[in-house]
Amino acid sequence: MTDATSNLPRPVPGAGPQPKSLLTVDARTRRRNAAEKRFRAYGILAIAAAMLALAFLLFTILRDGSSAFFQTYARIPMTIEASVVDPKGNRDPAEMAKTLTTSYNRILQDSLADFIKTNGIAVEGLDDDDLAGFFSGQARADMRWAVLADPSLVGQVIDVPVLTSSRVDGMFKGRVTRESAALDGKTSVAQFDLAMALADSGHLKTRFNWDFITGTDSSDTRPESAGLGVAIIGSAYMMLIVLVLALPIGVATSIYLEEFAPKNRLTDIIEVNISNLAAVPSIVFGILGLAAFINVVGLPRSAPVVGGLVLTLMTLPTIIIATRAALRAVPPSIRDAALGVGASRMQTVFHHVLPLAMPGILTGTIIGLAQALGETAPLMLIGMVAFVTTYPSAPPQGLFDPASALPVQVFNWTQRADPAFFERASGAIIVLLAFMLAMNLLAIFLRRRFERRW
Amino acid sequence: MPPFWIMIVILGAAVLGYALGRGRAVRAVSGNTRLLHSRPNYYGWNVALLTAVPSLALLLAGVLAQPVIGGEDRAPSNGGVFAGVVLVVALAGMALALTRTTPAFRARNVVERVIRGMLILCSLIAIATTVGIVLSLVFESLNFFRLYPWQDFFFGTEWTPSFGGGSELGILPLLWGTLYISVIALLVAVPVGLFAAIYMSEYASKRVRSIVKPAIEVLAGIPTIVYGLFALVTVGPLIRDWLAQPMGLGNSASSVMTAGLVMGMMLIPFVSSLSDDIINAVPQSLRDGSLALGSTPSETIRQVVLPAALPGIVGAVLLAASRAIGETMIVVMGAGAMARISPNPFEAMTTITVKIVGQLTGDNDFASPETLVAFALGLTLFVITLGLNVFALYIVRKYREQYE
Repeated sequence: MTDATSNLPRPVPGAGPQPKSLLTVDARTRRRNAAEKRFRAYGILAIAAAMLALAFLLFTILRDGSSAFFQTYARIPMTIEASVVDPKGNRDPAEMAKTLTTSYNRILQDSLADFIKTNGIAVEGLDDDDLAGFFSGQARADMRWAVLADPSLVGQVIDVPVLTSSRVDGMFKGRVTRESAALDGKTSVAQFDLAMALADSGHLKTRFNWDFITGTDSSDTRPESAGLGVAIIGSAYMMLIVLVLALPIGVATSIYLEEFAPKNRLTDIIEVNISNLAAVPSIVFGILGLAAFINVVGLPRSAPVVGGLVLTLMTLPTIIIATRAALRAVPPSIRDAALGVGASRMQTVFHHVLPLAMPGILTGTIIGLAQALGETAPLMLIGMVAFVTTYPSAPPQGLFDPASALPVQVFNWTQRADPAFFERASGAIIVLLAFMLAMNLLAIFLRRRFERRW
Repeated sequence: MPPFWIMIVILGAAVLGYALGRGRAVRAVSGNTRLLHSRPNYYGWNVALLTAVPSLALLLAGVLAQPVIGGEDRAPSNGGVFAGVVLVVALAGMALALTRTTPAFRARNVVERVIRGMLILCSLIAIATTVGIVLSLVFESLNFFRLYPWQDFFFGTEWTPSFGGGSELGILPLLWGTLYISVIALLVAVPVGLFAAIYMSEYASKRVRSIVKPAIEVLAGIPTIVYGLFALVTVGPLIRDWLAQPMGLGNSASSVMTAGLVMGMMLIPFVSSLSDDIINAVPQSLRDGSLALGSTPSETIRQVVLPAALPGIVGAVLLAASRAIGETMIVVMGAGAMARISPNPFEAMTTITVKIVGQLTGDNDFASPETLVAFALGLTLFVITLGLNVFALYIVRKYREQYE
């Protein structure tokens, strides 16, 4: 101690070059205090940076995606010309089915032209292409199905909301402006003016778009009718499989490792395996799914059952780690008491320890499920990127039907050329995040409600 | 779907068996259950398990073996025979268990042994998964190396796959892109994550901590596809318009910088929560000693806490690096698909994971090296990340033992 202190200037009262006092701050202390402040500031800066990044991320997703939940529909009287849809005039659905979807475009176009004439809407430079491209390609298909389902509509004037094209829709979402319309080959200034005129007279309305949530995916040229229905069902099927398989297997594994396993080589290998599996990149699980479940076992591509199995294997480590922590949190006194009154070890675990650990297990399972819900890469390898426009049927058969998944659908839409699909992708992310938020809130609720401190 | 209905029937038989077994045991002692060796439920469970377990195992084996022995168009009569065999096994199991149901029968011991066996079986699934991963990677990789020389794969500097033949499949450009992006990601995540962890564990009040910690963990809960979209739609164009083009360094929205920054953002919570745990594990006595000698808190952290926590923090950084190397969606959407070795971070480059996705998405021809190369890439990725993880866990464990 004397060695260490001998180097320091020893304060001798009244004799030193600078009088030292606790009340006056010398240069060195000031420097040290400044360093302290700087260090603190770095910490605050780091946290602020992380928070800002999070806020910016969520802000851009909400800004870009919220408009996907709204869609512009036109409400003008549509005259179903018998000469177009039923040239033979016998109202036979089989005959009428020969009229192709493209012919129905005539009805939409003519009805719009009539409407403009009768209401005296004056738009400069409006040509046939503007009228034909005003409505979605989906609108004529929908109308054809409606007419085939109910031939009595032929010759009548119907008044239903008709889906407009993505360019017209974009005019009300700020994506298409009068200037950009002039440069865009798929729309025109005249179409823009017409849309504004119809909106002013209340015949063009933007309303909540349920089809975005329930509808099926659509082709590259019809972003306005693309929906998430198949993806949501596919994800739900996969979550079902993960829940049914991963929860029992994970709980069984944890019970064995925590309560029964002797300390031996085998148990060590299992433990090391589980901690390594937790860190294997997710795409490797995709390769496993492709090589093992599709090539060797022969399960179909794009099927939720394969996705469910792959996600089960991925989620298992998460569930096992959470379950083991929950089992460990049950105090030994509970086990001792049960064993003391003559219960077997199996009875102790299943009658006493497991029920007490259940809230923790469920919380871990839900968090694992939420992780699995957002997983994309492995699903792409097993063919879930396929373009699927039919809903899978009900389980169990539906588990083998082709389906999509929410995160993969997002990726799929970002690969399309039309910018309207980016809005859809961001909208799909909002749906995905809403599901995840709901699951996490449920987990927090379970933890708050049932957690016991010993 | 017949196997599903067979399963339902077997489960129904098991429920019936439970009722029969329990009833038989109770009747055997005319209601005085104290004369039974085990509680009556165990007799029921014994019958149910012997009914369901062997037959369901047989059913599963049959379903798994179906493509191997029968193919898709297996004759329906065969399917009928198989279903019959499975149901006979179930009924035989039930009958056997029922005949053994006597008051002296040690039902509980038998049931518990079966359940224990099932628990062990479940815990072996973790091993089976690893074995499955290794087998599927190694097997197809060997096929690849039979078609393509391994020297060219590991030391080739060109990546130009063409399904017509004459592809160059060198891994080095992909490895370069992977490591470059990971380094940028770590340069973002490690300082931010570490300082955030230090502030939260050493300075923040309990109230601030209770708000900030969950908020940072939200970043960890966001799926990578969201980060990917963020990179593609927002960060990429921002970097191109404000950094790359003014400096004349590139015109591409997807670049190493884009992917690295967004991935760094994703790794912040990973680094911060691991470092937080490690910093908290440093004993308070070390801090108290340092503070008592007159150090300021920041001097204590820099000269006492961080050196003590260093091995753990290195482990955390290695774990984050392994995450970064294996990350897929952010690089698929943010880094581009051009395989090249270039020092310019504003150019599009590609990674191992991007090419795995690229070579395996869509229709595959499992006889061409262009498809099989994905498995060799997967094996390389698996070995790198596994090595990093094992090393990191080793460091973290070794360090923890010092203080506990």
